[in-house]
Amino acid sequence: MSVSNATREPRWVQITLTLLALLVLALFLVLPLATVIIQALSKGVDRSIATLENQDTLSAIRLTLTVALISVPLNLIFGLSASWAITKFTFPGKSLLVSLIEIPFSVSPVISGLIFVLLFGLRGLFGPWLIDHDMKIIFALPGLVLATVFVTFPFVARELIPLMEEQGRDEEEAALVLGAGGFRAFWSITLPNVRWGLLYGVLLCNARAMGEFGAVSVVSGHVRGLTNTLPLHVEILYNDYDFVGAFTAASILALLALVTLILKTALEWWHRDELASSRH
Amino acid sequence: MITLNRWRTPSIIPGFGLTAGYTVFYLSLIVLIPLSVLLLKALNLNLDQWVALITDKRVLAALRLSFVGALVAGFLDTVLGLLVAWVLVRYSFPGRKIADALVDLPFALPTAVAGIALTALYAKNGWIGQFFEPLGIKIAYTPIGVVIAMTFIGLPFVVRTVEPILQDLDRDVEEAAASLGASRLQTFAHVLLPSLGPALMAGFSLATARAVGEYGSVIFIAGNMPGISEIAPLLIITKLEQYDYNGAAAIAVIMLAISFTLLLAVNIISRKSRSGAP
Repeated sequence: MSVSNATREPRWVQITLTLLALLVLALFLVLPLATVIIQALSKGVDRSIATLENQDTLSAIRLTLTVALISVPLNLIFGLSASWAITKFTFPGKSLLVSLIEIPFSVSPVISGLIFVLLFGLRGLFGPWLIDHDMKIIFALPGLVLATVFVTFPFVARELIPLMEEQGRDEEEAALVLGAGGFRAFWSITLPNVRWGLLYGVLLCNARAMGEFGAVSVVSGHVRGLTNTLPLHVEILYNDYDFVGAFTAASILALLALVTLILKTALEWWHRDELASSRH
Repeated sequence: MITLNRWRTPSIIPGFGLTAGYTVFYLSLIVLIPLSVLLLKALNLNLDQWVALITDKRVLAALRLSFVGALVAGFLDTVLGLLVAWVLVRYSFPGRKIADALVDLPFALPTAVAGIALTALYAKNGWIGQFFEPLGIKIAYTPIGVVIAMTFIGLPFVVRTVEPILQDLDRDVEEAAASLGASRLQTFAHVLLPSLGPALMAGFSLATARAVGEYGSVIFIAGNMPGISEIAPLLIITKLEQYDYNGAAAIAVIMLAISFTLLLAVNIISRKSRSGAP
Protein backbone atom coordinates (compact mmCIF):
# COMPACT_ATOMS: atom_id res chain seq x y z
CA MET A 1 0.00 0.00 0.00
CA SER A 2 1.45 3.35 -1.00
CA VAL A 3 1.63 6.18 1.51
CA SER A 4 -0.90 8.38 -0.25
CA ASN A 5 -3.44 5.58 -0.18
CA ALA A 6 -2.65 4.97 3.45
CA THR A 7 -4.23 8.30 4.43
CA ARG A 8 -7.45 7.44 2.65
CA GLU A 9 -10.10 4.98 3.68
CA PRO A 10 -11.00 2.08 1.39
CA ARG A 11 -13.59 3.00 -1.24
CA TRP A 12 -16.41 1.05 0.44
CA VAL A 13 -15.78 2.82 3.75
CA GLN A 14 -15.93 6.21 2.01
CA ILE A 15 -19.21 5.36 0.33
CA THR A 16 -20.76 3.95 3.51
CA LEU A 17 -19.76 6.99 5.57
CA THR A 18 -21.02 9.40 2.92
CA LEU A 19 -24.36 7.61 2.69
CA LEU A 20 -24.66 7.56 6.49
CA ALA A 21 -23.94 11.29 6.72
CA LEU A 22 -26.44 12.05 3.96
CA LEU A 23 -28.99 9.89 5.77
CA VAL A 24 -28.45 11.93 8.96
CA LEU A 25 -28.89 15.18 7.03
CA ALA A 26 -31.96 13.88 5.21
CA LEU A 27 -33.63 12.58 8.37
CA PHE A 28 -32.81 15.59 10.52
CA LEU A 29 -32.88 18.50 8.08
CA VAL A 30 -34.60 17.76 4.78
CA LEU A 31 -37.48 15.69 6.11
CA PRO A 32 -38.74 18.29 8.66
CA LEU A 33 -38.60 20.98 5.98
CA ALA A 34 -40.46 18.80 3.46
CA THR A 35 -43.07 17.89 6.09
CA VAL A 36 -43.93 21.54 6.65
CA ILE A 37 -44.63 22.20 2.98
CA ILE A 38 -46.46 18.92 2.34
CA GLN A 39 -48.68 19.25 5.42
CA ALA A 40 -49.49 22.84 4.44
CA LEU A 41 -50.72 21.70 1.04
CA SER A 42 -52.27 18.41 2.23
CA LYS A 43 -55.88 19.64 1.96
CA GLY A 44 -55.38 21.54 -1.28
CA VAL A 45 -53.99 24.94 -2.12
CA ASP A 46 -57.33 26.68 -1.45
CA ARG A 47 -57.30 25.79 2.23
CA SER A 48 -53.74 27.10 2.55
CA ILE A 49 -54.62 30.34 0.81
CA ALA A 50 -57.61 30.77 3.11
CA THR A 51 -55.21 30.73 6.07
CA LEU A 52 -53.01 33.32 4.43
CA GLU A 53 -56.00 35.59 3.85
CA ASN A 54 -57.24 35.20 7.41
CA GLN A 55 -57.20 38.51 9.33
CA ASP A 56 -55.40 36.99 12.34
CA THR A 57 -52.65 35.60 10.11
CA LEU A 58 -52.23 38.92 8.34
CA SER A 59 -51.99 40.86 11.58
CA ALA A 60 -49.50 38.28 12.91
CA ILE A 61 -47.33 38.83 9.84
CA ARG A 62 -47.63 42.60 10.30
CA LEU A 63 -46.66 42.38 13.97
CA THR A 64 -43.66 40.14 13.20
CA LEU A 65 -42.44 42.62 10.60
CA THR A 66 -42.97 45.55 12.98
CA VAL A 67 -41.04 43.88 15.80
CA ALA A 68 -38.14 43.01 13.47
CA LEU A 69 -38.16 46.50 11.95
CA ILE A 70 -37.66 48.04 15.39
CA SER A 71 -35.34 45.44 16.96
CA VAL A 72 -32.88 44.87 14.12
CA PRO A 73 -31.93 48.57 13.65
CA LEU A 74 -31.52 48.94 17.43
CA ASN A 75 -29.04 46.06 17.52
CA LEU A 76 -27.40 47.30 14.34
CA ILE A 77 -26.63 50.67 15.91
CA PHE A 78 -25.42 48.92 19.03
CA GLY A 79 -23.25 46.54 17.00
CA LEU A 80 -21.55 49.41 15.16
CA SER A 81 -21.06 51.39 18.35
CA ALA A 82 -19.69 48.42 20.31
CA SER A 83 -17.31 47.29 17.58
CA TRP A 84 -15.98 50.85 17.09
CA ALA A 85 -15.31 51.24 20.81
CA ILE A 86 -13.81 47.77 21.17
CA THR A 87 -11.64 47.56 18.07
CA LYS A 88 -10.47 51.14 17.53
CA PHE A 89 -9.28 51.71 21.09
CA THR A 90 -7.22 49.97 23.73
CA PHE A 91 -8.65 50.02 27.23
CA PRO A 92 -8.74 47.76 30.30
CA GLY A 93 -11.82 45.55 30.62
CA LYS A 94 -12.15 45.06 26.87
CA SER A 95 -12.33 41.27 26.89
CA LEU A 96 -14.83 41.39 29.75
CA LEU A 97 -17.01 43.68 27.65
CA VAL A 98 -16.82 41.25 24.71
CA SER A 99 -17.87 38.32 26.94
CA LEU A 100 -20.74 40.33 28.44
CA ILE A 101 -22.08 41.07 24.96
CA GLU A 102 -22.26 37.31 24.27
CA ILE A 103 -24.33 36.52 27.39
CA PRO A 104 -27.77 36.49 25.70
CA PHE A 105 -26.67 33.53 23.55
CA SER A 106 -26.26 31.32 26.61
CA VAL A 107 -29.55 32.27 28.26
CA SER A 108 -32.64 30.14 27.60
CA PRO A 109 -35.24 31.98 25.48
CA VAL A 110 -37.82 31.48 28.22
CA ILE A 111 -35.52 33.13 30.77
CA SER A 112 -34.95 35.97 28.28
CA GLY A 113 -38.69 36.64 28.34
CA LEU A 114 -38.97 36.03 32.07
CA ILE A 115 -36.57 38.81 33.04
CA PHE A 116 -38.78 41.42 31.38
CA VAL A 117 -41.91 40.04 33.06
CA LEU A 118 -40.07 40.33 36.40
CA LEU A 119 -39.38 43.97 35.58
CA PHE A 120 -42.58 45.13 33.92
CA GLY A 121 -45.18 42.39 34.55
CA LEU A 122 -48.34 42.91 36.61
CA ARG A 123 -46.48 41.95 39.80
CA GLY A 124 -43.06 42.95 38.52
CA LEU A 125 -40.72 45.59 39.89
CA PHE A 126 -42.26 48.44 37.88
CA GLY A 127 -45.66 46.76 37.39
CA PRO A 128 -47.66 48.92 39.84
CA TRP A 129 -46.01 52.11 38.54
CA LEU A 130 -46.89 51.21 34.95
CA ILE A 131 -50.51 50.55 35.91
CA ASP A 132 -50.73 53.93 37.70
CA HIS A 133 -49.50 55.65 34.57
CA ASP A 134 -51.70 53.58 32.30
CA MET A 135 -48.80 52.08 30.39
CA LYS A 136 -48.36 48.56 29.15
CA ILE A 137 -45.09 46.85 28.29
CA ILE A 138 -45.75 43.17 28.91
CA PHE A 139 -48.53 41.68 26.73
CA ALA A 140 -47.94 44.59 24.32
CA LEU A 141 -45.57 45.66 21.55
CA PRO A 142 -42.81 47.12 23.80
CA GLY A 143 -42.45 43.78 25.61
CA LEU A 144 -42.21 41.87 22.34
CA VAL A 145 -39.53 44.29 21.14
CA LEU A 146 -37.56 44.09 24.41
CA ALA A 147 -37.54 40.27 24.40
CA THR A 148 -36.55 40.20 20.72
CA VAL A 149 -33.79 42.77 21.21
CA PHE A 150 -32.41 40.65 24.07
CA VAL A 151 -32.25 37.35 22.17
CA THR A 152 -30.77 38.97 19.03
CA PHE A 153 -28.47 41.28 20.99
CA PRO A 154 -25.03 39.82 20.03
CA PHE A 155 -25.57 39.00 16.33
CA VAL A 156 -24.25 42.19 14.65
CA ALA A 157 -21.60 42.95 17.27
CA ARG A 158 -20.06 39.48 17.24
CA GLU A 159 -19.75 39.52 13.45
CA LEU A 160 -18.23 43.01 13.36
CA ILE A 161 -15.81 42.81 16.29
CA PRO A 162 -13.48 40.08 14.89
CA LEU A 163 -13.71 41.61 11.41
CA MET A 164 -12.78 45.14 12.49
CA GLU A 165 -10.12 43.73 14.82
CA GLU A 166 -8.52 42.05 11.82
CA GLN A 167 -8.65 45.21 9.70
CA GLY A 168 -6.88 47.31 12.31
CA ARG A 169 -6.88 51.07 12.69
CA ASP A 170 -4.32 52.22 10.09
CA GLU A 171 -6.78 53.31 7.42
CA GLU A 172 -8.88 55.38 9.82
CA GLU A 173 -5.76 56.91 11.34
CA ALA A 174 -4.47 57.85 7.87
CA ALA A 175 -7.79 59.51 7.01
CA LEU A 176 -7.74 61.49 10.26
CA VAL A 177 -4.17 62.63 9.71
CA LEU A 178 -5.19 63.77 6.23
CA GLY A 179 -7.86 65.93 7.79
CA ALA A 180 -11.04 63.89 7.70
CA GLY A 181 -13.37 64.16 10.68
CA GLY A 182 -14.20 61.12 12.82
CA PHE A 183 -17.63 60.66 11.29
CA ARG A 184 -16.23 61.02 7.77
CA ALA A 185 -13.59 58.36 8.52
CA PHE A 186 -16.30 56.03 9.81
CA TRP A 187 -18.63 56.67 6.88
CA SER A 188 -16.15 56.48 4.01
CA ILE A 189 -13.62 53.99 5.37
CA THR A 190 -14.90 51.76 8.16
CA LEU A 191 -18.41 51.19 6.84
CA PRO A 192 -17.40 50.20 3.26
CA ASN A 193 -14.73 47.90 4.75
CA VAL A 194 -17.22 45.96 6.85
CA ARG A 195 -20.31 46.14 4.62
CA TRP A 196 -20.54 42.41 3.84
CA GLY A 197 -19.91 41.44 7.43
CA LEU A 198 -22.53 43.95 8.51
CA LEU A 199 -25.04 42.50 6.04
CA TYR A 200 -24.21 38.99 7.29
CA GLY A 201 -24.83 39.99 10.90
CA VAL A 202 -28.07 41.81 10.05
CA LEU A 203 -29.27 38.80 8.06
CA LEU A 204 -28.81 36.39 10.97
CA CYS A 205 -30.19 38.95 13.43
CA ASN A 206 -33.30 39.41 11.32
CA ALA A 207 -33.92 35.67 10.87
CA ARG A 208 -33.81 35.17 14.63
CA ALA A 209 -35.93 38.28 15.29
CA MET A 210 -38.69 37.09 12.97
CA GLY A 211 -38.53 33.48 14.11
CA GLU A 212 -38.12 33.90 17.88
CA PHE A 213 -40.66 31.87 19.83
CA GLY A 214 -39.79 31.16 23.48
CA ALA A 215 -38.87 34.65 24.67
CA VAL A 216 -41.72 36.28 22.79
CA SER A 217 -44.17 33.65 24.01
CA VAL A 218 -43.52 34.63 27.63
CA VAL A 219 -44.19 38.35 27.13
CA SER A 220 -46.93 38.16 24.48
CA GLY A 221 -50.13 37.23 26.27
CA HIS A 222 -51.23 35.54 23.03
CA VAL A 223 -54.04 37.93 22.08
CA ARG A 224 -55.08 37.05 18.52
CA GLY A 225 -54.81 39.93 16.12
CA LEU A 226 -53.03 42.04 18.72
CA THR A 227 -49.94 40.52 20.34
CA ASN A 228 -49.55 37.37 18.27
CA THR A 229 -46.43 37.18 16.16
CA LEU A 230 -46.27 34.68 13.31
CA PRO A 231 -44.39 31.96 15.26
CA LEU A 232 -46.93 32.31 18.10
CA HIS A 233 -49.75 32.14 15.56
CA VAL A 234 -48.34 28.79 14.40
CA GLU A 235 -48.69 27.48 17.94
CA ILE A 236 -52.25 28.77 18.37
CA LEU A 237 -53.43 27.23 15.10
CA TYR A 238 -51.67 23.98 15.97
CA ASN A 239 -53.29 23.81 19.39
CA ASP A 240 -56.66 24.48 17.73
CA TYR A 241 -56.06 21.33 15.64
CA ASP A 242 -56.03 23.53 12.51
CA PHE A 243 -53.02 21.66 11.15
CA VAL A 244 -53.29 22.97 7.60
CA GLY A 245 -53.38 26.52 8.98
CA ALA A 246 -50.46 25.88 11.36
CA PHE A 247 -48.28 24.35 8.66
CA THR A 248 -49.22 27.07 6.18
CA ALA A 249 -48.16 29.77 8.62
CA ALA A 250 -45.08 27.66 9.36
CA SER A 251 -44.17 27.42 5.69
CA ILE A 252 -43.95 31.22 5.46
CA LEU A 253 -41.38 31.04 8.24
CA ALA A 254 -39.66 28.06 6.61
CA LEU A 255 -39.41 30.08 3.42
CA LEU A 256 -37.84 32.92 5.39
CA ALA A 257 -35.31 30.42 6.78
CA LEU A 258 -34.50 29.11 3.30
CA VAL A 259 -34.02 32.60 1.88
CA THR A 260 -31.79 33.46 4.84
CA LEU A 261 -29.77 30.29 4.30
CA ILE A 262 -29.35 30.99 0.57
CA LEU A 263 -28.27 34.61 1.10
CA LYS A 264 -25.94 33.56 3.91
CA THR A 265 -24.32 30.88 1.74
CA ALA A 266 -24.01 33.32 -1.17
CA LEU A 267 -22.26 35.83 1.11
CA GLU A 268 -19.92 33.09 2.35
CA TRP A 269 -19.04 32.00 -1.19
CA TRP A 270 -18.44 35.40 -2.72
CA HIS A 271 -17.22 37.48 0.19
CA ARG A 272 -15.53 34.92 2.43
CA ASP A 273 -12.49 37.19 2.84
CA GLU A 274 -14.60 40.10 3.94
CA LEU A 275 -16.42 38.18 6.66
CA ALA A 276 -15.13 37.45 10.14
CA SER A 277 -12.81 34.48 9.89
CA SER A 278 -13.76 32.79 13.14
CA ARG A 279 -17.28 31.62 13.67
CA HIS A 280 -19.25 28.52 14.44
CA MET B 1 -16.76 62.07 28.45
CA ILE B 2 -13.50 63.40 29.81
CA THR B 3 -13.37 60.77 32.54
CA LEU B 4 -14.22 58.01 30.04
CA ASN B 5 -11.42 59.15 27.74
CA ARG B 6 -8.88 58.88 30.52
CA TRP B 7 -9.75 55.16 30.72
CA ARG B 8 -8.18 54.31 27.38
CA THR B 9 -4.74 54.38 25.80
CA PRO B 10 -4.38 57.69 23.87
CA SER B 11 -5.21 57.57 20.16
CA ILE B 12 -6.06 60.06 17.45
CA ILE B 13 -9.27 58.22 16.57
CA PRO B 14 -12.25 60.11 18.02
CA GLY B 15 -15.54 58.82 19.37
CA PHE B 16 -14.45 56.69 22.32
CA GLY B 17 -16.64 58.49 24.84
CA LEU B 18 -19.71 58.31 22.62
CA THR B 19 -19.40 54.69 21.46
CA ALA B 20 -18.05 53.16 24.69
CA GLY B 21 -20.61 55.12 26.71
CA TYR B 22 -23.49 54.04 24.50
CA THR B 23 -22.28 50.42 24.42
CA VAL B 24 -22.13 50.15 28.19
CA PHE B 25 -25.44 52.01 28.59
CA TYR B 26 -27.33 49.80 26.11
CA LEU B 27 -25.70 46.62 27.43
CA SER B 28 -26.75 47.50 30.99
CA LEU B 29 -30.26 48.47 29.97
CA ILE B 30 -31.04 45.37 27.90
CA VAL B 31 -28.87 42.65 29.44
CA LEU B 32 -27.17 43.39 32.76
CA ILE B 33 -29.94 45.12 34.73
CA PRO B 34 -32.73 42.69 33.68
CA LEU B 35 -30.51 39.70 34.51
CA SER B 36 -29.63 41.10 37.94
CA VAL B 37 -33.32 41.54 38.71
CA LEU B 38 -33.62 37.80 38.10
CA LEU B 39 -31.06 37.16 40.85
CA LEU B 40 -32.76 39.64 43.18
CA LYS B 41 -36.14 37.95 42.71
CA ALA B 42 -34.66 34.52 43.38
CA LEU B 43 -33.12 35.88 46.59
CA ASN B 44 -36.64 36.80 47.75
CA LEU B 45 -37.21 33.14 48.53
CA ASN B 46 -36.25 32.20 52.10
CA LEU B 47 -34.36 29.03 52.96
CA ASP B 48 -37.48 26.94 53.60
CA GLN B 49 -38.96 27.96 50.26
CA TRP B 50 -35.73 27.07 48.49
CA VAL B 51 -35.65 23.64 50.17
CA ALA B 52 -39.30 23.10 49.26
CA LEU B 53 -38.59 24.09 45.67
CA ILE B 54 -35.55 21.91 45.09
CA THR B 55 -37.12 18.88 46.75
CA ASP B 56 -40.35 19.26 44.79
CA LYS B 57 -40.74 16.13 42.67
CA ARG B 58 -42.10 18.02 39.66
CA VAL B 59 -39.26 20.56 39.69
CA LEU B 60 -36.63 17.84 40.08
CA ALA B 61 -38.10 15.76 37.27
CA ALA B 62 -38.21 18.76 34.92
CA LEU B 63 -34.61 19.75 35.70
CA ARG B 64 -33.47 16.15 35.31
CA LEU B 65 -35.19 15.82 31.92
CA SER B 66 -33.75 19.11 30.68
CA PHE B 67 -30.19 18.33 31.73
CA VAL B 68 -29.97 14.57 31.14
CA GLY B 69 -31.85 15.00 27.85
CA ALA B 70 -29.46 17.77 26.80
CA LEU B 71 -26.39 15.67 27.71
CA VAL B 72 -27.68 12.70 25.70
CA ALA B 73 -28.52 15.00 22.78
CA GLY B 74 -25.10 16.65 23.04
CA PHE B 75 -23.46 13.22 22.91
CA LEU B 76 -25.52 12.15 19.88
CA ASP B 77 -24.69 15.47 18.21
CA THR B 78 -20.98 14.87 18.81
CA VAL B 79 -21.07 11.45 17.11
CA LEU B 80 -23.35 12.49 14.23
CA GLY B 81 -21.67 15.89 13.87
CA LEU B 82 -18.21 14.29 13.59
CA LEU B 83 -19.51 11.94 10.89
CA VAL B 84 -21.12 14.79 8.92
CA ALA B 85 -18.09 17.09 9.28
CA TRP B 86 -15.71 14.28 8.24
CA VAL B 87 -17.69 13.45 5.12
CA LEU B 88 -18.14 17.13 4.18
CA VAL B 89 -14.44 17.93 4.57
CA ARG B 90 -12.74 14.75 3.35
CA TYR B 91 -14.94 13.34 0.59
CA SER B 92 -16.28 14.91 -2.57
CA PHE B 93 -19.66 13.91 -3.91
CA PRO B 94 -22.35 15.65 -5.96
CA GLY B 95 -24.34 18.10 -3.85
CA ARG B 96 -21.65 18.47 -1.20
CA LYS B 97 -21.89 22.26 -1.11
CA ILE B 98 -25.66 22.16 -0.75
CA ALA B 99 -25.37 19.58 2.03
CA ASP B 100 -22.86 21.86 3.75
CA ALA B 101 -25.17 24.87 3.51
CA LEU B 102 -28.10 22.80 4.82
CA VAL B 103 -26.25 22.06 8.07
CA ASP B 104 -27.17 25.53 9.34
CA LEU B 105 -30.89 24.93 8.86
CA PRO B 106 -31.60 24.42 12.60
CA PHE B 107 -30.06 27.88 13.21
CA ALA B 108 -32.25 29.49 10.57
CA LEU B 109 -35.52 27.60 10.99
CA PRO B 110 -37.78 29.19 13.63
CA THR B 111 -38.01 26.79 16.57
CA ALA B 112 -41.83 26.57 16.50
CA VAL B 113 -41.66 25.39 12.89
CA ALA B 114 -39.09 22.75 13.77
CA GLY B 115 -41.28 21.76 16.72
CA ILE B 116 -44.45 21.03 14.80
CA ALA B 117 -42.53 19.44 11.90
CA LEU B 118 -40.69 17.01 14.19
CA THR B 119 -43.93 16.19 16.00
CA ALA B 120 -45.67 15.41 12.70
CA LEU B 121 -42.74 13.18 11.66
CA TYR B 122 -42.42 11.21 14.87
CA ALA B 123 -46.10 10.90 15.86
CA LYS B 124 -47.36 7.32 15.72
CA ASN B 125 -48.85 7.84 12.25
CA GLY B 126 -46.01 10.11 11.06
CA TRP B 127 -43.50 9.31 8.32
CA ILE B 128 -40.90 8.09 10.82
CA GLY B 129 -43.07 7.30 13.83
CA GLN B 130 -45.08 4.65 11.95
CA PHE B 131 -42.00 2.42 11.72
CA PHE B 132 -41.45 2.50 15.46
CA GLU B 133 -45.10 2.07 16.47
CA PRO B 134 -45.23 -1.69 15.63
CA LEU B 135 -42.06 -2.18 17.71
CA GLY B 136 -43.88 -0.68 20.67
CA ILE B 137 -41.63 2.37 20.68
CA LYS B 138 -43.37 5.71 21.15
CA ILE B 139 -41.25 8.74 20.22
CA ALA B 140 -43.54 11.79 20.15
CA TYR B 141 -44.91 12.81 23.56
CA THR B 142 -42.17 10.90 25.44
CA PRO B 143 -38.66 11.80 26.66
CA ILE B 144 -37.29 10.18 23.48
CA GLY B 145 -39.06 12.89 21.48
CA VAL B 146 -37.52 15.55 23.73
CA VAL B 147 -34.04 14.16 23.02
CA ILE B 148 -34.72 14.06 19.25
CA ALA B 149 -35.76 17.73 19.18
CA MET B 150 -32.73 18.67 21.30
CA THR B 151 -30.43 16.72 18.95
CA PHE B 152 -31.90 18.51 15.93
CA ILE B 153 -31.23 21.92 17.43
CA GLY B 154 -27.64 21.12 18.48
CA LEU B 155 -26.25 19.36 15.40
CA PRO B 156 -24.84 22.47 13.60
CA PHE B 157 -22.79 23.46 16.67
CA VAL B 158 -20.65 20.30 16.45
CA VAL B 159 -20.32 20.30 12.65
CA ARG B 160 -19.32 23.97 12.57
CA THR B 161 -16.72 23.68 15.34
CA VAL B 162 -15.15 20.47 13.96
CA GLU B 163 -15.10 21.41 10.25
CA PRO B 164 -12.40 24.15 10.37
CA ILE B 165 -10.12 22.05 12.60
CA LEU B 166 -10.46 19.06 10.30
CA GLN B 167 -9.63 21.27 7.31
CA ASP B 168 -6.45 22.56 8.95
CA LEU B 169 -5.18 19.16 10.09
CA ASP B 170 -1.83 18.31 8.59
CA ARG B 171 -1.94 15.20 6.41
CA ASP B 172 1.75 14.62 7.15
CA VAL B 173 0.96 13.25 10.58
CA GLU B 174 -1.46 10.74 9.12
CA GLU B 175 1.13 9.71 6.53
CA ALA B 176 3.74 9.29 9.23
CA ALA B 177 1.41 7.09 11.26
CA ALA B 178 0.61 5.01 8.19
CA SER B 179 4.25 4.60 7.19
CA LEU B 180 5.05 3.46 10.71
CA GLY B 181 2.56 0.67 10.18
CA ALA B 182 -0.61 1.97 11.78
CA SER B 183 -3.87 0.83 10.26
CA ARG B 184 -6.34 3.50 9.14
CA LEU B 185 -8.50 2.82 12.19
CA GLN B 186 -5.49 3.09 14.51
CA THR B 187 -4.50 6.38 12.89
CA PHE B 188 -8.03 7.66 13.39
CA ALA B 189 -8.23 6.59 17.03
CA HIS B 190 -4.71 7.57 18.11
CA VAL B 191 -3.82 10.49 15.83
CA LEU B 192 -6.95 12.15 14.48
CA LEU B 193 -9.36 11.82 17.39
CA PRO B 194 -6.98 13.35 19.98
CA SER B 195 -6.35 16.41 17.79
CA LEU B 196 -10.08 16.82 17.23
CA GLY B 197 -10.76 16.38 20.97
CA PRO B 198 -10.94 20.06 21.97
CA ALA B 199 -13.17 20.96 19.02
CA LEU B 200 -15.47 18.02 19.76
CA MET B 201 -15.60 19.09 23.41
CA ALA B 202 -16.44 22.65 22.44
CA GLY B 203 -19.14 21.50 20.03
CA PHE B 204 -20.56 19.15 22.65
CA SER B 205 -20.76 21.88 25.25
CA LEU B 206 -22.35 24.41 22.89
CA ALA B 207 -24.92 21.88 21.70
CA THR B 208 -25.70 20.79 25.27
CA ALA B 209 -25.99 24.36 26.54
CA ARG B 210 -28.39 25.22 23.73
CA ALA B 211 -30.48 22.08 24.35
CA VAL B 212 -30.85 22.75 28.09
CA GLY B 213 -32.66 26.02 27.49
CA GLU B 214 -34.42 25.02 24.28
CA TYR B 215 -38.16 25.62 24.30
CA GLY B 216 -39.84 26.07 20.91
CA SER B 217 -38.72 22.93 19.15
CA VAL B 218 -39.21 20.77 22.26
CA ILE B 219 -42.64 21.64 23.70
CA PHE B 220 -44.67 20.37 20.75
CA ILE B 221 -43.06 16.93 20.64
CA ALA B 222 -42.69 16.61 24.42
CA GLY B 223 -46.34 16.15 25.34
CA ASN B 224 -45.52 18.05 28.55
CA MET B 225 -46.69 15.49 31.11
CA PRO B 226 -45.68 16.77 34.57
CA GLY B 227 -42.94 14.58 36.02
CA ILE B 228 -42.42 12.65 32.77
CA SER B 229 -41.96 14.82 29.70
CA GLU B 230 -42.12 18.33 31.15
CA ILE B 231 -38.97 20.41 30.56
CA ALA B 232 -37.64 23.05 32.98
CA PRO B 233 -38.33 26.08 30.73
CA LEU B 234 -41.99 25.07 30.54
CA LEU B 235 -42.14 24.86 34.33
CA ILE B 236 -40.93 28.48 34.46
CA ILE B 237 -43.86 29.49 32.27
CA THR B 238 -46.29 27.51 34.44
CA LYS B 239 -45.01 29.32 37.55
CA LEU B 240 -45.34 32.68 35.79
CA GLU B 241 -48.93 31.93 34.86
CA GLN B 242 -49.64 31.31 38.54
CA TYR B 243 -47.99 34.69 39.31
CA ASP B 244 -45.30 32.84 41.28
CA TYR B 245 -42.57 35.24 40.06
CA ASN B 246 -40.11 34.21 42.78
CA GLY B 247 -40.50 30.52 42.01
CA ALA B 248 -40.04 31.13 38.28
CA ALA B 249 -36.94 33.22 38.97
CA ALA B 250 -35.53 30.53 41.27
CA ILE B 251 -35.86 27.78 38.66
CA ALA B 252 -34.29 30.11 36.09
CA VAL B 253 -31.35 30.79 38.41
CA ILE B 254 -30.83 27.06 39.03
CA MET B 255 -30.85 26.42 35.27
CA LEU B 256 -28.38 29.23 34.60
CA ALA B 257 -26.12 28.09 37.44
CA ILE B 258 -26.01 24.47 36.22
CA SER B 259 -25.40 25.42 32.58
CA PHE B 260 -22.64 27.91 33.40
CA THR B 261 -20.97 25.27 35.61
CA LEU B 262 -21.27 22.79 32.75
CA LEU B 263 -19.71 25.20 30.25
CA LEU B 264 -16.93 26.04 32.71
CA ALA B 265 -16.19 22.37 33.42
CA VAL B 266 -16.00 21.51 29.73
CA ASN B 267 -13.78 24.53 29.15
CA ILE B 268 -11.37 23.36 31.84
CA ILE B 269 -11.33 19.78 30.55
CA SER B 270 -10.71 20.84 26.98
CA ARG B 271 -7.95 23.24 28.03
CA LYS B 272 -6.27 20.42 29.97
CA SER B 273 -6.57 18.00 27.06
CA ARG B 274 -5.17 20.65 24.72
CA SER B 275 -2.12 21.28 26.86
CA GLY B 276 -1.58 17.50 27.14
CA ALA B 277 -1.90 16.98 23.39
CA PRO B 278 1.25 16.05 21.48
